Amino acid sequence: MSKMERIFRCLVVTALILTTGVTIFFWSKESLIHARIPEKGGWSPNIIKAQVGKSLRLKFTSDDVVHGFAVGQLPMPEVEILPGKISEITLTFDKPGTYTFYCTRWCGVNHWRMRGIIDVEGERTGVQTVSPPLYVSINLDLDEEFEALSVPDEIPSPIRGKELIQQIDLDDQLLSSDYYRKQSPYQVFETLNSTNLSEDERWDIVAYLWQINTTLTGLETGRELYAQNCAACHGENGAGDGVFADDLLKAGQQAAQTMNGEREMAMQIPSDFTDPRHLLAKSPAYLQGKILRGGMGTGMPMWGSIFTEQQLWDLVAYLYTFYFNYPNKEVQ
Amino acid sequence: MTKIDITQNQILKKLLKGRYLQAALQIVMLMGFVFTILAGFLGTPVGSHNFGLIFVWIAWWALLILMIVPFFGRGWCAICPIPLVGEWLQRGAILDPLPKRPPFIPRRISRIFRNIWLQNIFFIVLALSSSVLLTTPKSTAFVLSGMFVTAILLTFLFERRAFCRFLCPVGGFIGLYSQFAPLELRVKNKKICSTCREKPCYNGSSLGFGCPWDSFPTALRKNSYCGFCMECLRTCPNENIAVNIRPFASDLNTPLRRVDEAFKAFIMVGSAVVYAAVFLGPWANLKDAAYSIGSLAWFVYSLGFLLITVVLLPGLFWVSSRYMQRYETRQQMGKTEFAALSTTVIPLGLMFWIAFTLSFSMTNVSYILVTLSDPLGLGWNLFGTANIAWQPILTSLLPYLQTVILLSGLVWSARIAQKITEPMGVSAFPIIAYGFGVTSFMMWLLL
Repeated sequence: MSKMERIFRCLVVTALILTTGVTIFFWSKESLIHARIPEKGGWSPNIIKAQVGKSLRLKFTSDDVVHGFAVGQLPMPEVEILPGKISEITLTFDKPGTYTFYCTRWCGVNHWRMRGIIDVEGERTGVQTVSPPLYVSINLDLDEEFEALSVPDEIPSPIRGKELIQQIDLDDQLLSSDYYRKQSPYQVFETLNSTNLSEDERWDIVAYLWQINTTLTGLETGRELYAQNCAACHGENGAGDGVFADDLLKAGQQAAQTMNGEREMAMQIPSDFTDPRHLLAKSPAYLQGKILRGGMGTGMPMWGSIFTEQQLWDLVAYLYTFYFNYPNKEVQ
Repeated sequence: MTKIDITQNQILKKLLKGRYLQAALQIVMLMGFVFTILAGFLGTPVGSHNFGLIFVWIAWWALLILMIVPFFGRGWCAICPIPLVGEWLQRGAILDPLPKRPPFIPRRISRIFRNIWLQNIFFIVLALSSSVLLTTPKSTAFVLSGMFVTAILLTFLFERRAFCRFLCPVGGFIGLYSQFAPLELRVKNKKICSTCREKPCYNGSSLGFGCPWDSFPTALRKNSYCGFCMECLRTCPNENIAVNIRPFASDLNTPLRRVDEAFKAFIMVGSAVVYAAVFLGPWANLKDAAYSIGSLAWFVYSLGFLLITVVLLPGLFWVSSRYMQRYETRQQMGKTEFAALSTTVIPLGLMFWIAFTLSFSMTNVSYILVTLSDPLGLGWNLFGTANIAWQPILTSLLPYLQTVILLSGLVWSARIAQKITEPMGVSAFPIIAYGFGVTSFMMWLLL
């Protein structure tokens, strides 16, 4: 065998080994978090380990469409994840616990299923007490459907309501936020039955009571949260006609064929917040509970691990604006 | 224009006869090939950002169709990495022919397969899955690795480069269109060959290996089955091999003789037309059908593809040719005449492919720079081009370029039709009309 033959044989073997080895070495060194639509697997990996106080560097890439990354209940900018591109963020956690991360882009009909957890280990400082959500404290059944038996003929006016409330002797508890959260607008309307006001006037007062439990900043937060997380199904204007509503209906029809019939199908249709019979029968506690816990068996996801308590109340307050027409300034 | 034998230049001759440069290039290509496969499997599944996919279907394909095949014929085959490992195992050597036979003796491939029907079938199979192949890096990597492994396995079963010669789907069309190249390898004097008893160009000698493409250089009429490997240049004891620079498309003056080659020409024309409709057309349903492999829509699409490529286009051509024959000479239209007249389709096909390739390569060329900087999709920016925005180039010129290219294909085809029909004593009009019809349709699709 000639010297050159030996050299070229070595070169061929080296070329094969070197190319394969070097490529696999660099590839295995980088641990990327892959984002895919939930039908194709969602986040991979979907469980991330971290330590309290230590920075956690995360590198993302999307394998299909545009996704977004955010960690629930953590003030952080959203990370945009583009197909085939790399996005990075470094996080540091102050407290141990299980944090939920989720996709912030409407990536598909099952977008809301695209979640994962960051398991942050570390020493716990002090005892943390967790109070149960309001719907649990007041023993509210979230799976019971309520409907308002009477609805206003026209959109109630909180400005008129403010004027009217000064003319009657109103129980102070009706003005408290605690009362507002536990009662539905229709329940308050019924309570005002004892007054000699007309039905429209009673609805105006209800609108005013709901208005004073909101702030413009809170409504703006609610609007942003709604647009980012709810409008895909419930629609931009709250009418239950979001871009995924048809897909949810189809998914429901398929479920109906294999599960228990028509009920499952009906439950897949997103709630219409512009329907006063539906909205005015729901208390803030009920809506907060539904958002926090999810629809349980319907397409409605649970947001309890993602929104903070204040964000939940802001979102609930915003939902009532799909029916009530608040003026663009604070009413006190 | 007379031919110029470049081996008359001693430097060029030495370069072509020497093995080191060719083998070194093949090794570099092998590294690129293996990396392309790995990038396809390990890199991002997003086609537009995957090195493997972009380099195979944008960079390499455009280079092949626009440059290598028209100017160098089978020049790519001379440095293709796919047969390298298999050939080494078969021959027992990379550079130096062994004084003794290798440990196993592969068989000669059966006569029934000694044509390009298998290449045609393999090409159609890949063409039918091309929507997935061209957009899914893993599919591309799977096909490339499949070709690599098949080429190796076939070297154990059959002599010489059986994969390249009879199966490679790329080799089939390179062979067809290499007839255009202004470069050829031919013997200088056939009489010298007839007196050569050893035939080292075919059987090999201590100076080199026998023709890997299973061709006798003295029998070469066209470029189709010469891989430009230069083995015969090395082994010929009589210095009777020439590498000529010649006028473009000289081979097309010699009509095709075989139906498998004629069908290759129609398959290439048909697939260019279907690809233009699927990839550049506005029909979303057609795109979906081509992409949904295994679905009913895909089967319908496949049936349509086959009807166009192997029934409609050759059928219409046969009808045109028969019309010409019946009314002018009243002779029967046989396979030989059909194959000979099919030579006129070759320029149409090449120009269709060039026009189609220009569309997607000029549109997607910026992805080459992106994937070059971040070949494994790990966030690298090796050359500072990883984040450049998608930017088509010179697309305003595209319609004019495509019009000129398609029309030149038509004119070229018409000229060849005249040359071929003249000795037959018939009119070339029906065939020219056929070419005009197909070109008009392609022009409508592209423009």
